[in-house]
Amino acid sequence: METLTFILNNLGAIGERTVEHVSIVSVAVGIAILTGVPLGIAITQSQRGADTVLYLGSIVMTIPSVALFGLLIPVLSKIGQGIGYLPAVIAATLYAQLPIVRNTYTAIRNVDPALRSAAIGMGMSVPQRLWRVEIPIALPVIIAGVRVSVVINIGVTAIAAYIGAGGLGTFISRGISQTDIRQLLTGALALAILAITADFSLLWLQRRLTPKGMGPRSS
Amino acid sequence: MIRLEGLSKIYPTASGGMTSVDNVSFEVGAGETCVLLGPSGCGKTTTLRMINRLVTPTRGKIFIDGRDTDASDPVELRRTIGYVIQQIGLFPNMTVAENIAVVPRLLKWDARRMRKRAEELLAMLALDPKTFADRYPNELSGGQAQRVGVARALAADPPVLLMDEPFGAVDPVNREVIQDEFLRMQKSLRKTVLFVSHDIDEAVKMADRIAIFRAGKLEQYAAPDELLGRPANDFVAGFVGSDRTLKRLRRIHVSDVMSDDRAAKHMDGTPTVQPHDDLRRVATLFLEYGVDALACVDADGRVVGSVSRAAVASRLGTAGGGETAA
Repeated sequence: METLTFILNNLGAIGERTVEHVSIVSVAVGIAILTGVPLGIAITQSQRGADTVLYLGSIVMTIPSVALFGLLIPVLSKIGQGIGYLPAVIAATLYAQLPIVRNTYTAIRNVDPALRSAAIGMGMSVPQRLWRVEIPIALPVIIAGVRVSVVINIGVTAIAAYIGAGGLGTFISRGISQTDIRQLLTGALALAILAITADFSLLWLQRRLTPKGMGPRSS
Repeated sequence: MIRLEGLSKIYPTASGGMTSVDNVSFEVGAGETCVLLGPSGCGKTTTLRMINRLVTPTRGKIFIDGRDTDASDPVELRRTIGYVIQQIGLFPNMTVAENIAVVPRLLKWDARRMRKRAEELLAMLALDPKTFADRYPNELSGGQAQRVGVARALAADPPVLLMDEPFGAVDPVNREVIQDEFLRMQKSLRKTVLFVSHDIDEAVKMADRIAIFRAGKLEQYAAPDELLGRPANDFVAGFVGSDRTLKRLRRIHVSDVMSDDRAAKHMDGTPTVQPHDDLRRVATLFLEYGVDALACVDADGRVVGSVSRAAVASRLGTAGGGETAA
């Protein structure tokens, strides 16, 4: 009850924090898509490249986010950005990278070799083959990677509140330091709703962008 | 039309190199269907894929219409050559009409022309355009998909068609039907077709010429009747099978062996044959009715000649002496 009152009295603040949170996540995922998809496609050309990139990506994933923020502080302090928005976006981008790169790589690799052979044999150039055949077929799996990245990033960004990046994590960090259960619950609840909403919207997008002739038949 | 000169493909290996195609030369005339035949791994598919540059030859030249294909850009070259593969390879993200229009789209035709062409080809391949044009490949049966694959290869009206075991994935009954449709279509289209197969029956049925391969070498290049009648060596004889004489009967027609003995009697109770029947039917009737000769009638039932056991035997005995009936 107390929590509900707190929420109703602080709708404006919750809204602001949500906007901050979404802005960090979407900028990070946006950068990760723009870099990760081309990278995922590029490494289908070289087994060694693929192994290296995916291995590095996995290493990044094993670094706890608090540690990564810590590592970024001395580096970014040199340009006066040790804490706040920039390190949050950088860390989130790094975490978003692997699911997108890995899914893109796997999806493109799994395109039926007969389709590739037909596309080349009919006289498609490499970009034509990618845009007209391989990327459309791979798209649902690529978006599945984006979904994973977004959900991971909503969690990572919550922790970024500790380095002053704002976002919904602020309620949690304050809730803990002030032993205020209302703020703690508000933050947790808002984050859960945000993650579920984002996941479902992207699932809807994934279904929308699945080429009609693929997946479950619809008519 | 298509001339292969000393074509070789050697794949580099640790031990120096694996010869997949070994110094192959032959020529296919315009409008002819040439079947590349042989056991798996004999180099027939590699040979085919060198023609549209999916495989780069190690040595040798390929001329299409007298032009060295080395001189053209491979991507441009491929747009002028229809290509059908066994796995069909229809793009699942495109409708049937869009699949057929792939090459026209690469050639920047306008949308209406592409649609019209797709519908025209569907109709030609016995698929109702209204029903099929907007379906997706996952809504087609194997036989229907294979027809769309052929339609796609023909879309931009290329003079040359390469077909890599095109009907291999279709069940035997449908395969016969599609083969017949293709033969009927080819009669009016007169494309220059190179067709890879491992099936001697299919080769005898489809080919004007058969190129038979073993271990990368061209063992014999001949019309089906000559290949069956006078195999060049034991390998060819073994490959075409001990029933090769029976197989030849398919490609010889009554008109090839008929005497124009218009007075030939038509005995009551024995059936008649027509000039376009093949000799399988004639031989069957010889055996079934125990007769030595059959009257041959035209479409209106008038006797136009007769065909005798002796004439058939003499035709089979002089194999390869002349042109085959196509």
